Order: sequence, then C-alpha cells, then structure tokens
Amino acid sequence: MSRLSELELIPKYPREKQTMINVNGDEAIAYAVKQSYVDVVAAYPITPQTIIVEKFSEFVANGETHTEFVAVESEHSAMSACVGAAASGARAFTATSSQGLALMVEVLYIASGLRLPMVLAVVNRALSAPINIHNDHSDAYLMRDAGWIMLFAENVQEAYDTTIQAFKISEHPDVQLPASVHIDGFFLSHTLENIYTLPDEAVYDFLGGPRKIAKVRVDYFDEEVNYALDPARPLSIGNLALYDYYFEIKVPQVLSMRKAEEVIKEVNEEWYKLTGRKYGNGLVDPFMVEDADIVIIAMGSSAGTVRSVVKKYREKGVKVGLLRIRSFRPFPHKDIVELLSGSKLVAVMDKGIGPGQYGALYLDVAASLYHSKSKPILVDYVYGLGGRDLSPEMVEQMINNLLKDLEKGYILEEERLRFLGVRG
Amino acid sequence: MVVKTLPEIQVKKGEPPYKIWIFEPGEKKELPLIFNLRQLAEQRRPALLPGHRMCAGCAAPIVVKLASFAFRGPTIVVTATGCLEVSTTIYPYTSWALPWIHNAFENAAATASGIEAAIKAMKKTGRLKYENVDVVVFAGDGGTYDIGFQALSGMAERGHDVLYILYDNEAYMNTGIQRSGGTPKYAWTTTSPVGRVIPGKSENKKPIADIMVAHRIPYVATATPAHWMDLVKKVRKGIEVNGPAFIHALSSCDRGWRHEESISVEVLRRAVDTCYFPLWEWSPETGYLLTDRSLVIARNPSLKQPIEKFLEVQGRFRHLLRPENKELVKQLQEYVDATWNDLLKRASNAPR
Repeated sequence: MSRLSELELIPKYPREKQTMINVNGDEAIAYAVKQSYVDVVAAYPITPQTIIVEKFSEFVANGETHTEFVAVESEHSAMSACVGAAASGARAFTATSSQGLALMVEVLYIASGLRLPMVLAVVNRALSAPINIHNDHSDAYLMRDAGWIMLFAENVQEAYDTTIQAFKISEHPDVQLPASVHIDGFFLSHTLENIYTLPDEAVYDFLGGPRKIAKVRVDYFDEEVNYALDPARPLSIGNLALYDYYFEIKVPQVLSMRKAEEVIKEVNEEWYKLTGRKYGNGLVDPFMVEDADIVIIAMGSSAGTVRSVVKKYREKGVKVGLLRIRSFRPFPHKDIVELLSGSKLVAVMDKGIGPGQYGALYLDVAASLYHSKSKPILVDYVYGLGGRDLSPEMVEQMINNLLKDLEKGYILEEERLRFLGVRG
Repeated sequence: MVVKTLPEIQVKKGEPPYKIWIFEPGEKKELPLIFNLRQLAEQRRPALLPGHRMCAGCAAPIVVKLASFAFRGPTIVVTATGCLEVSTTIYPYTSWALPWIHNAFENAAATASGIEAAIKAMKKTGRLKYENVDVVVFAGDGGTYDIGFQALSGMAERGHDVLYILYDNEAYMNTGIQRSGGTPKYAWTTTSPVGRVIPGKSENKKPIADIMVAHRIPYVATATPAHWMDLVKKVRKGIEVNGPAFIHALSSCDRGWRHEESISVEVLRRAVDTCYFPLWEWSPETGYLLTDRSLVIARNPSLKQPIEKFLEVQGRFRHLLRPENKELVKQLQEYVDATWNDLLKRASNAPR
C-alpha cells in the first residue's frame, strides 16, 4: 500500500468517499481503463496479461462502456490499431506481456515517433528462450529506447492509480507521447488486493473528459489544425522524412520526454489532492534514503520486499535505504544524484540482463552517478529472472554482503555484476 | 505513335488545377459518380495531387486517382509502406488531398481497423462530426499477399467497414523488383533471376482475390485502370457495402515489368484480353460475376488473345520468347486457360 504519510491535506475524495474493491493487478487495470473513457481497446491475449482483456471484454459485453473492443489477431496489429485509433483522435489502450511486446516493438517506435498519446499496460514477463510465463523485466528493457514513458507500479493500488494517471500524462499538451504502465506478472497481475477506487465521474473530470486533440501548424492552412485524421482539415501523418528532416523530428521527442518529468510530478501531486495517495515525487519513491550509507535501487513489486527488510535493518541501526524507481523513462537522473549524494554504496537490483553488459537499470544509475560529486561504490544485482522469487532472506543476504563491501571500501570490476538467488 | 500532349481541359476560372478536399463538419452531401469525362474533369479533382514522385509510366497513381473519383464523402486513406507511400509523402510535402496515414509495411489493415473502431466509438458518443467517414486502404502486393496478409485476413474476419485496395505490380518494386507472392510464374525479378538453370520465378501467383472471397466479406472485385469505369464503379460499391471490401487492381510497373513507360495502360488491357487477369466481382448474394471486357470475352471467346500478347511487350518475360522456351509459354497458356475456365464455371453471368 502507498504510505498515507502526513495527511495535512484533506483530499477531495477521502477514503470514505472511495469504493474499496478486491481485485488483482490485471482487473485493477481493466477497471481503471473502463473509468478512463477509452474509445478503442485493441488487444491480444497473452499470459499473464490475459485477465485485462477478459475483464475488459466483460465490461464491453455488459454495455458498461462505450469502448470499441477490437479483438485483433496479433500484438503487432493491436499496437497498429491503437496507432490508427489515436491518429483519429480517439483515446486508445492496449496491454501485453513478453513475446507480445517483442512483436509490438516495431510499432511502439512508430507510436512515439508519430507523437500519438495512448496507454499500454505491460504485465512484465520474461522473454523466451527458454519460454517462461513468469515475471522479470527483460520485456520492459526491450522497449526502453522506444520513446515511451515507462511507469512501474509496486502494488495493485498503484497499478490502478498509475493507469489513470498515464492517460493524463500521455495526453498533456507538452508531452504528447505514449505511456506504458508496468506491473509484475503474477506477483501483481494475479494477486488480490483491496484497493480504493474513485467514482467514475471523478476519473472523468480528472482526465478532462474525452481525449483533447493537440493542435499543429501546417503551411497550407492559416489556422492551427487538429493533429488528427480530420476530413475538415486534412493532414498526412506518417510521411517519409529523410536525412534533411528526420533529425529535426526526433529531437523534439527527446525534449518532450524531458517535459514529461515535470508533468509526471504534477500529476502525482494532483492525484494526491484528489485521492490522498502519492508515490514519492512521481518519478522516484525513496524510503529512508536521506542518511543511508547503503542505498538499494529497485523497480516494481520487489521494492515492497526490500522495504520490509530495510525497516528491519534500520531497527538494528544499520543505515540502509531503498530508492524505488517509478519512472524508468524519463529516467530521473537529477533525483538520483540528489538523493544519493550522501550514500557510500549503491546496489542496483536488475530484473533483467543484457549479456555482455550490466543490467539496464544499473547502466542508467551509473550514468547519473558519474556526475555526482560523492561517487558511491556501485554494484549490480541481477535477480528474479524467469519469475524466481525474491525472498526477504535473499535481500538480507545481499545487505550483509554489501556491509562487508562497505567495510572493505571497494568492489573489483569482476565482482560488480552479481546474481542473486541463482544455483551453482 | 502515342500522342504525348495532354488534352487541355479548362478548369473553373480562378481555381487552381488541384484542391485539398475539405469536408466542413456536418456536411451531408454525397459526391455523385461521374462518368462523363468532360464533366469529371470540370467537377472533380483527384485525391492525389500533382507533384508526387511516382515514376513516369507507373499505373499506381492512376489507380488511386480513379478510386478517389468514387469516394462519396469524408474519407480517410491508409497506405502501407511501399512505392505509393514513399513517393507521395516526402516530408515536408504531401500529395494527399485528404487525411492520410502511413504506419508500417505489414499493418495497413490493422491501422485501418483501429481508425474504423475510433470512428464507431466517436459516433456512439456523439463526437463524430459527420454522418459517416469512409476508410480506404491502398497497399501494394508485398504489403498484401505476403507481410501484410495476416493483418488483412484479421480485418476481414472481424468485419471492419474498410475498403482495401491492392495495387498489384507483381513484385517488391519499392526495394528494386524482388519477387513477391503476387509475381507470376517465370517472371524475371532480382530475386527470381533468369539463370542458366532456373527460368525466373518457379511458382504461380497467389490467388489473393479468391482467398478474400473465401473470407465471405461483403464485396470482392478485380480491376485495372485500363478499364476505368469498371474500376470506379467497383470502388464505389466497395465503399457502400457495410463491412470489409477488397479490390485487387492490377497495376503495371514499367521499371519492374520492363516495358515502355507510354504503354502502361495498354499492358493492363492485354492482361485482361488474354484472360491472364479477368475482371470480375463477387458478393455473397450474387457470387462471381464477370464484368466489362471479361464478360465480353466470355460471350465471344474468339476475342480471347493468346498469352504471348501479354508477354511480348514486357522485358521480364523476354526469355520466354526464345524458341527453346516454347514449352514454358505453353505451360503458362495452360495455366491461364485453366483458371479462366474455372472462373467461367463459377461466374453466374457467363454463357453456359
């Protein structure tokens, strides 16, 4: 659960005005999508995302939403249909996992390159081979450079909250980029939790009703026109741009991603005022980091396990903290430098590998810390591949090892990539 | 000798020879079909504007322009990656006079599905500015027969109200003439070259239109820009039906077929005259119906030309005209005869 710390502010919808429902992560996302006035959902089933599509189909079958559900024949077509729908000015959503995401990748780059707001739920699952249905972040790492905003939820409540927020962030006039919401397969997708939900109209108002279409200027119309397939003011979307324009089209994507940092923070605050829930500053969610010698960095549901162990060690007087990354893209370099300025050792927990390289999260953190004055020792823990459970004992073992490293004062290059919970 | 000067057709005074198609919100007027050439030239502008960079002699822009004469109102066009897409929309220019989108190579049908779903959702919630918006796809043979087939079949199965127009130039021309599922047997391409052992492509053309008939969608037809009224009528029918429609338009490519750029339309005429590419339409209610020239040939079989008439004007079949390859031409003739006779049996308007 999110920590309802210092409630000086009375939210517009305090808990008693919210409805508690008992759902798993997939159902929470399906419910959030139903409340978000989505026009088109195009999706293809894949474990462990399946419940999202099943649940959403039920909403459609029962006439609980106006959404057009397109039961496409592949994930490639799911993302393609979302591109078509978003280009028509509709609010679009899809969901996938693992191999499905891999099949989508081509079109993920097109969705962001065409600056089409939409939301994709990724129920993170290991990539084949060997084929596996359980959770790790290798699929998310696959899409890290696709130009999507990538938000990782820690629990089912956050999955619900983030899905709604993602529409708002994605459609913000300064952003206009697609956004993905990541939940850990099975750990969150199939785990029941009591969550608080807003009334439909509160979500509708929060999102400002149906999707607003951004305006663009083209030289053959005097006025600004809708950036959409609008027969009143025709535009061509998806043109061929060669060496003379491609670069100029790609750079604004990077700048919008930077603006997204601020928007994610704003939306996090706005959500707090509405519901009383917030997740750090929206980008990062630190726990006992201020005075910590050792900081553990993690994403997704594992952060909960790490947090409980951190609490235990704090009681013993060990100065350890947790920094949960909520926004993987845009990556919160600034926050990391600030928050880790006093730390001596930073352990990055990567739920995915890139053979021949460190984990993707480690690389990003290393890029941040290169510019920090106090360069802490940095180590990469690869864990949980293929859904291998992360037990509190494993985290304890990791912290014990880190304490030894801290005492020693250095980590050799060959020891910097470690595997947690692997046999042999 | 082919006359190279274009007829001068006066357009309305003060109006540019081309226009962006604008449908103000709420517009209900349905554009009429016009078959009088002078009236057409005066009253209608094609949706593909001048200045595009398709090759001289390419039939694809003729397909698009003719098809756009059949559009009835607000229309969104989707194009698969291919010649038509790259040479009509080189940023910062576009030749499209109406809303147009290109997504990727294999997903034009899926993109159109999403657009159609969005239109439905907008209509349901009272946010659609028109009674109706039509969705038309233009895709080449690569994006239809091969890499895009899954998306096309999915779109047909789900019943999206989209007209999919295949302009079939019988190879991957955009990447430089490589064989596709639409390339005919024994044709030369850069990946089915005519070697000492293998005489061009070894396999027959995939019967894509028949495959679409097997989906039992509301309307399927074949067409060529050489039979322009037939094409325009069929496009309008395809737009008017409620559900997916598929039109297979043969589209000559002078670069790939290796023919004179001035005879593109003539080559297509010969494709129909030899019954290599018969003109027909199909709907669940009527079954197969021969149309235009193919109906004439069915009624008067003496008009059917030998396949050599189609082969002889194209460099891609040049090797077949060598004496030692007579057997191959015979094989092609037999194949054409078999498919034609098969069609005659199926077509309910063919003389018995």
